[in-house]
Amino acid sequence: MKLVVAIVRPEKLTDVLEALFRAEVRGLTISRVQGHGGETERVTTYRGSTVKMELSEKVRLEIGVSDHFVEPTVGAILTAAQTGEVGDGKIFVLPVERVYRIRTAERDEAAVTPVG
Amino acid sequence: MNAADTAWMLVATALVLLMTPALGFFYGGLVRAKNALNTMMMSFAALGCVAIAWALAGYSLAFAPGSAWLGDLSRLFLHGVGLAPNGTIPHVLFMAYQGTFAIITAALISGAIVERMQFRAYLIFLTLWSVLIYAPIAHWVWGGGWLAKLGALDFAGGTVVHVNAGVAAVVAALILGPRKDYARQAILPHSVPFTLLGAGLLWFGWFGFNAGSALGANALAALAFVNTMLAPAATLVVWTLLDLRRGGKVTAVGAATAVVVGLVAVTPAAGFISPIAAIALGGIAAIPSYYCVLWRPRTRLDDSLDVLAAHGVGGTVGAILTGVLAQKVWNGVADGVLFGAPMQLVVQIAGVAAVAAYSAAGTVVILKAIALFMPLRVTEHSGEGLGLDVSQHGEEAYGTGEGAILVLPDLIPPVTTPAPEPAGERA
Repeated sequence: MKLVVAIVRPEKLTDVLEALFRAEVRGLTISRVQGHGGETERVTTYRGSTVKMELSEKVRLEIGVSDHFVEPTVGAILTAAQTGEVGDGKIFVLPVERVYRIRTAERDEAAVTPVG
Repeated sequence: MNAADTAWMLVATALVLLMTPALGFFYGGLVRAKNALNTMMMSFAALGCVAIAWALAGYSLAFAPGSAWLGDLSRLFLHGVGLAPNGTIPHVLFMAYQGTFAIITAALISGAIVERMQFRAYLIFLTLWSVLIYAPIAHWVWGGGWLAKLGALDFAGGTVVHVNAGVAAVVAALILGPRKDYARQAILPHSVPFTLLGAGLLWFGWFGFNAGSALGANALAALAFVNTMLAPAATLVVWTLLDLRRGGKVTAVGAATAVVVGLVAVTPAAGFISPIAAIALGGIAAIPSYYCVLWRPRTRLDDSLDVLAAHGVGGTVGAILTGVLAQKVWNGVADGVLFGAPMQLVVQIAGVAAVAAYSAAGTVVILKAIALFMPLRVTEHSGEGLGLDVSQHGEEAYGTGEGAILVLPDLIPPVTTPAPEPAGERA
């Protein structure tokens, strides 16, 4: 099993979810996060104060998948989240020691995508 | 000169001016958070450039004597607009009151083109449109032009303001094209409370718009005032019933829309119909606009905030029903179809058609001309994707300040805290 963690642009989230759905990836968690990944900072001005926004809004997806689902998941995110400009985000694939599905107490491969 | 009339018109002018920031709240709540400031600024900016364009040129083209089509240039730069009375109020006050109408009319168009237009192109469009489109049409109906001579009834601007802005909005939406996310992603209102606040303030300001159009503190103003209260109330009730029948739930965005539709519909009729007729007019007006709001998102027409449904359709229904429900015993001017004057309806329809045609053609010409010099739209990724607040204004509506670094100007040395003294020496 692997945990796929992806950081993507908020405006690309709908496209990513659509692509994951088409790749039959079920079960994911998202959170709104802020981060810095080398993109050019946005400059804003409020009256006389000029401010550089070093952190930009991103969305983090966490998806637990069985080994043979890693490639389709990563592929779906790579295509859907890409704009080609700096700031498109990252994908991390991490090993997972154990997984439990709370409802049924099933564990490991039985508890992650694919469901059933 | 009449002191009571002057006092009321001073207040009415301030009320109508308030409608433009109110419109900013109404529209601003309906867009996504990343475009909130841009959308509100599209209304707010009209308070500047349209007011100045009106004083310098628009007022003369609309209200100076001239031909049946256009006022002459005798009032250019407010020449001859002084303290002497125009009617029963000072001429300068009449000019200012009419100026507030020009401002809101131009701002209404912005609802169809939110979340994608270059702000500087918008400012140029707004200014040119108010002088080249609004001013001539105001002259036709209120400046002694051909529609006035034909006997078209438009008490406070159902045709001049709302049909005009509604048609220009559709044309502008067609020329700019839909937003990149339109019909691909769910685009949700980011603050429905803002929209309700805006609708409430619009209603408040609209008492100045309609009752002020009596141009005096008199019984006609009272009639227009009462009709401005009752018609939107009836629209709200009917809209509520339609909402209940459709989905079993009464929506807040629907309620805010209903109030605006009712206000638009009663605008041409306010001083011409009885209060009971105003209730009927408001109730009837809910139906076409309600179904227009449902139909429009199924098309490729990204009239984003439904300016067509609220102002184009609402204004047309109001103008037509004015020709049906007008009653001489209330207004002393003209009867409608129901009271034995069928030709009035024909005149009303002719007025709507003429205004729609001129507004559509003129809006195309202005936008195409601006497009020769600058792009009308922002770029897809760094503009629409990032949001127009940051890309067009360099500000955010809901910035948290996290991760923000102050850029110090070179002329001020940074305030530095003195380095801490080594511990131990102090003790």
